[in-house]
Amino acid sequence: MSVLVYTETENGSFKKSAFEVASYANSVAEQMGTSATAISFNSSETDTLGTYGISKVLNITNENLKSFNAKAYAHSIVEAAKAENATVIVVSSSTDSKFLAPIIAAQLKAGYVPNVVAAPESTSPFTVKRTAFSNKGFAQTQINSEVKIIGVSNNAFGAHENKTNAIVENFVPTLSEADFNVKSVDIDKAVGKVTIADADIVVSGGRGLKGPENWGMIEELAEVLGAATACSKPVSDMGWRPHGEHVGQTGKPVASNLYIAIGISGAIQHLAGVSASKVKVVINTDEEAPFFKAADYGIVGDAFEVVPQLVQKLKEFKAQNA
Amino acid sequence: MKILVCISNVPDTTAKINFTDGDTKFDTNGVQFVINPNDEFGLTRAMWFKEKQQATVHVATVGDASVEPTMRKALAIGADEAIRINANPSDGFFVASQLAEVAKNGAYDLVIGGRESIDYNGGMVPGILASLLDMNFVNACISLEIDGNNATAIREIDGGKETLSTNLPLVIGGQKGLVAESDLRIPNMRGIMMARKKTLSVVEPIDANSTTKDTKFEKPAAKGAVKLVDNVDDLINLLHNEAKVI
Ligand SMILES: Cc1cc2nc3c(=O)[nH]c(=O)nc-3n(C[C@H](O)[C@H](O)[C@H](O)COP(=O)(O)OP(=O)(O)OC[C@H]3O[C@@H](n4cnc5c(N)ncnc54)[C@H](O)[C@@H]3O)c2cc1C
Ligand SMILES: Nc1ncnc2c1ncn2[C@@H]1O[C@H](COP(=O)(O)O)[C@@H](O)[C@H]1O
Repeated sequence: MSVLVYTETENGSFKKSAFEVASYANSVAEQMGTSATAISFNSSETDTLGTYGISKVLNITNENLKSFNAKAYAHSIVEAAKAENATVIVVSSSTDSKFLAPIIAAQLKAGYVPNVVAAPESTSPFTVKRTAFSNKGFAQTQINSEVKIIGVSNNAFGAHENKTNAIVENFVPTLSEADFNVKSVDIDKAVGKVTIADADIVVSGGRGLKGPENWGMIEELAEVLGAATACSKPVSDMGWRPHGEHVGQTGKPVASNLYIAIGISGAIQHLAGVSASKVKVVINTDEEAPFFKAADYGIVGDAFEVVPQLVQKLKEFKAQNA
Repeated sequence: MKILVCISNVPDTTAKINFTDGDTKFDTNGVQFVINPNDEFGLTRAMWFKEKQQATVHVATVGDASVEPTMRKALAIGADEAIRINANPSDGFFVASQLAEVAKNGAYDLVIGGRESIDYNGGMVPGILASLLDMNFVNACISLEIDGNNATAIREIDGGKETLSTNLPLVIGGQKGLVAESDLRIPNMRGIMMARKKTLSVVEPIDANSTTKDTKFEKPAAKGAVKLVDNVDDLINLLHNEAKVI
């Protein structure tokens, strides 16, 4: 019995979510009276996982696994799970983790529960709390299979330090050609830009901004806050912003520490997707906009006046607090 | 090319979510059900393959008779035939096992599902299905082209997109992007009339296990009142000292 956690890397370095899922795995392992092992691909900093309670790291060094491949990664994780006799497998909520988790589930006949927001309520029966109905509700879900797969919601559990000495082993999975039947041809990714999934702060604009030419101030605000930019659905439908920025029930979910909604009315589908954010700020000319009911802080005002002031004052604030 | 589109019957996106039976069940009272939005994009892409590449399109749903209006809607949009697997969709593993049986019997080249259903948000049926069928799989798929046996798919990744090349038979977990929003179809009178004449067959489920069970639901805690401020200095101050997020 052990807990295995898939800790994701990007260019050899762990993603922020890796420390969160590692902390989660450590917490489950403690509850079960066992230890947590991490599996990583081509990591160049394996020892950092010990900081989050991981006692063993299986690192796979393989040129063919340099970039993510769902099936090959899933099979490697399945092999590691078998080698470690893992009964719980922990993954994140990234698009990659959501791609490979069902493949692992099928292989191990394991129950998979995504969007889990807290440590298990109980480990026998194994019960976890997760979001459902696109954040309009929560469910207590019992997993009845021998192996359990848990997808941890972004930014719900947090990273918790718990210094352990992690031993690092090289792990060599046996992969076949069929594992590479889906081949990556091209990756188109903005470099040096914070992604919505990883961002602590997200700055989002809606139809109230009138047109794509007005996004300069949104980007400036995002820059001064180190935030990712996002938008409402109609804004991406009209082509003002790229589709990848659309957040909400039918777009990307947002679970940042701070979400700033500018010129967004707060339709139910929009709110569903962003409500997991901890603190929500709304800037809108219409005091009756439904978003104010779901917000923590608000300014009733014109974005074209408020946002430039906010950028200016935040720059001053940052200069003082630097 | 034979395509199977897996359709999940879900509450309309504007539905208020309530629970009943001591918070153990979703309360369907007064709720409108629709084709899961991700599946609607997939179905519309399937229509494109039907019209441009002579594909045959079937739809399948695991559910009781109450899902039939949603299936009729899929037929009215243009699917050729519908198959209902007569069982309660108890969890993702169970649903995927049922669909795998239907997919095997129908020898489909392409199975289109959605990235997730907006009710239980499992995000797993297409992936489990692909593995059970030993078919290639692309999740969060936002573009799909088929040329003979070759498929080129684009998937969403965090912060961008990735182009993938693979072969049929293929399963995708699709979403917005597969077709333009403006290409989504509202069934017209003629489509609705034609749908009445199309086959909607009902098959009994095979023996399969569920791996998970939702034992209790709850609604998010009510939100406290918003704090309105009238200048950005106060806002920055609150975000820094009270909320501690900057
Ligand atoms: C099936 C379905 C799925 C959907 N999924 C999503 C989803 O995932 N995400 C999503 O976002 N939407 C979704 N929608 C759309 C949703 O219903 C709303 O139409 C959309 O969220 C509205 O976008 P908006 O707030 O930008 O625009 P609007 O509703 O037009 O709101 C604009 C706001 O800007 C304010 N404003 C105007 N001028 C200014 C100014 N100068 N300064 C400040 N404020 C100003 C206005 O008061 C108004 O509140 C979905 C709809 C359907 C039917
Ligand atoms: N009961 C069902 N019947 C048919 N297809 C389903 C059913 N439930 C889920 N699916 C398919 O699987 C996708 C993902 O669903 P889920 O794994 O439940 O989030 C959906 O978008 C559908 O394509």
